[in-house]
Amino acid sequence: MTDAIGVILFTGVIAYAVFGGADFGAGFWDLTAGGAVRGSAPRSLIDRSIGPVWEANHTWLIYCLVVLWTGFPPAFAAITTTLYIPLGLAALGIVLRGSGFAFRKVTLRTAQQRLTGVVFAVSSVLTPFCFGGIAGAVASGRVPSTGGGAPLSSWLNPTGVLGGVLAVVACAYLAAVFLSSAATHPYPDEALYLYFRRRALAAGIAVGIVCLAGVFVLHVDAPRLFHQLSTRGLALLIVSAAAGLAALATLRARRSRLPRSFASLAVATVIAGWGVAQYPYLLGTHMSLAQAAAPDSTLWVLVAVACTAAVLIAPSLAALYVLHERDRLTSSA
Amino acid sequence: MPSASCATTAVLQALASAGEPSQLLPAREQMAFTLGFHIIIVPFGVAFTFLMLLANHRGLRRGDKQAMLLARRWSKVAAVLFAVGAVSGTVLTFELGILWPGLMGRYGAAFGFPFAIEGIFFFLEAIFMSFYIYGWDRLSPWAHFWTGVPVVISSLGGASAVVAANAWMNQPGGITMRAGRIVDVSPAKVFFNGAFWFETIHMLLAAYIVAGFVVAGVYAAGMLKGRQDAYHRTGFLIGFVVAAVTVPVQIFVGDLVAREVFHSEPAKFAAIELLPDSGDHVPETLGGVLIDGKVRYGLPIPDMASLLAGFRPSTHIDGLDAIPAPVRPSDAGVSIVHLAFDIMVGASMALLALSVWFAWLWWRHRRVPTNVWFLRCAALSGLVALVSLESGWVVTEVGRQPWTVVGLLLTQDAVTTHGNLWPFFGATVIIYATVGTGALLVLRALRRRWAAQGDDDVQVPYGPEVPAVSAASPESRTP
Repeated sequence: MTDAIGVILFTGVIAYAVFGGADFGAGFWDLTAGGAVRGSAPRSLIDRSIGPVWEANHTWLIYCLVVLWTGFPPAFAAITTTLYIPLGLAALGIVLRGSGFAFRKVTLRTAQQRLTGVVFAVSSVLTPFCFGGIAGAVASGRVPSTGGGAPLSSWLNPTGVLGGVLAVVACAYLAAVFLSSAATHPYPDEALYLYFRRRALAAGIAVGIVCLAGVFVLHVDAPRLFHQLSTRGLALLIVSAAAGLAALATLRARRSRLPRSFASLAVATVIAGWGVAQYPYLLGTHMSLAQAAAPDSTLWVLVAVACTAAVLIAPSLAALYVLHERDRLTSSA
Repeated sequence: MPSASCATTAVLQALASAGEPSQLLPAREQMAFTLGFHIIIVPFGVAFTFLMLLANHRGLRRGDKQAMLLARRWSKVAAVLFAVGAVSGTVLTFELGILWPGLMGRYGAAFGFPFAIEGIFFFLEAIFMSFYIYGWDRLSPWAHFWTGVPVVISSLGGASAVVAANAWMNQPGGITMRAGRIVDVSPAKVFFNGAFWFETIHMLLAAYIVAGFVVAGVYAAGMLKGRQDAYHRTGFLIGFVVAAVTVPVQIFVGDLVAREVFHSEPAKFAAIELLPDSGDHVPETLGGVLIDGKVRYGLPIPDMASLLAGFRPSTHIDGLDAIPAPVRPSDAGVSIVHLAFDIMVGASMALLALSVWFAWLWWRHRRVPTNVWFLRCAALSGLVALVSLESGWVVTEVGRQPWTVVGLLLTQDAVTTHGNLWPFFGATVIIYATVGTGALLVLRALRRRWAAQGDDDVQVPYGPEVPAVSAASPESRTP
């Protein structure tokens, strides 16, 4: 039962990392797109690509939080009392990002758009860094069972920083892959495609380098996690590496859709690897899923919620993506 | 909202001086501020979208171009406010953990799951909101209309789920505790707790009243400036009629809620009635504050409170003296709850009067009133409704103190003991002020643009203006 809830929770984390991550990464490319004239084309593509979907994608975060606090209340309290700084920064980053994006959409003056756009873009980089740091802190066992761990060193440590950097780079990578695909369809734009393809290749290589560096960081800083990843999680990591390479190869071969699937798979399997490596613990080796779990009756509610999500949300989301893909959601609003 | 914040500040300072945990004051300030902000957005997600669909339906059914234009423009406003609501709601979920780990850690198994249900509704709302906002041009008109219907329905469900969690804090039930930990939960009893139906219906009606009057107020202001065209009249009517019809229902429901509070939350009721001593023949005190345990400056109406609570002057009402001293709310806290209640009821009565005035004018003239004084009052009705909403929220939140979960968890035991929340609070105030101002500026800019040119331009970010449809097409890009 607890394991099922763990799976439900991690499904949400993976969905948020892939879909939410691509939206965050779009902010990274928005930030680095240059001045008003030069950055106009990529930014309009970013607006068009994430406009109709970012709020739905963002909801995965809420899903993760509510499943965590309902299913594993003491773990949630331990995490929030230890990692309140990155959590607080991420929360404020989310406010700025969402508002900045929504405001830019309806403002017309370049000066206003520049301001709201910068707010959107900077917070799109800050927020995933914080989330990566939080993941690193949890994964390396720096959140004590009773909470109140070190407010800074719990996440500003080698594993936490690795998590943060990896999150930022992986988001940028996902976004560049998604955007390069979006540039081919439904309004093919060769220049824009090449623009994001270059960035996707560069970001993909950057992710690879960070991951290789990560092996050494984890070996020194989080030996247990390293051990688990290199044994139980190894298969997933191999899949991830293969998918990452396949994404690069298909990108080079100028395939438009395949890189998206491979890149998503690469990110999803890394997250799944983290989950498998942690199992059966939620925090380090001191709090297991079972120890943190709410009573069965509550967990059944969560199972029901997850089933409802599968029945109602999944088809709606699929319809959203399909209609978006077919360019049916491009009103001037 | 400023009044709510100031009011809470006063009570918080009063509490802080009594040797409370150091983070209690910033935590309550922050929660009050962010929730007070978010609750302004809620009526727009819940009820404004309904008004939007009404306009859309009218536009489709009667071929009313003005109504169609209203629906289209309202959807843009809804999009901006929905984004602000989505992110400010997310902050609240973070805050539940950062500020109140004692609540989440101990009671998350019960208090938490209504939010999981809310999550489903919010997911649906966000998805269908995208269909509706972005589907204007490429979906068939009726299909597009129907994508808006799940938005309205799921917003009702989502708001109900959140209010269920709040109602549970007022009347907790459905849990079995052993050694300070929840060992069993009865989900139906947690969700449909004693206060659920009362609080939920009260809140949803409030959302319709606020959204209706705010919309009506905007168009009343336009009509005062001489823009009395069909567009403004339709916008005014849709908002005003929905709100005006809801007000009497709300006053009836509010009366039921007050009696439910009398029966099930006597401490809150004593604060509402500003009643230091238990007894019968209790007067209804209008205004007034509690100073050193004595009622001052109020205008008492003899027997009224007893009559309202039990329909007889001899109805016995528990006063503050019936609450054990250690958990008795402070004089300042009681005064705030009482005054907030008076403001809420007073504002609702003013809105009722305005609605009756409208009915009278409509009955006489069969058209949207052009009476300047009526329009002036209508222009302010949105603000009055917002004040009423915030006051009602202060009544239920401050009225619960010193408890976070009544009878189970004191607020001082729910609050975090780690770190310093003041910088977080400061940053939050700055960012929210910026976002709030930004939202108002953006909406004002939209209004000006619509008033000036009447078309729906949109353009490439950071680039020159281009016509709407080609915004996404390749030839419009500046390479």
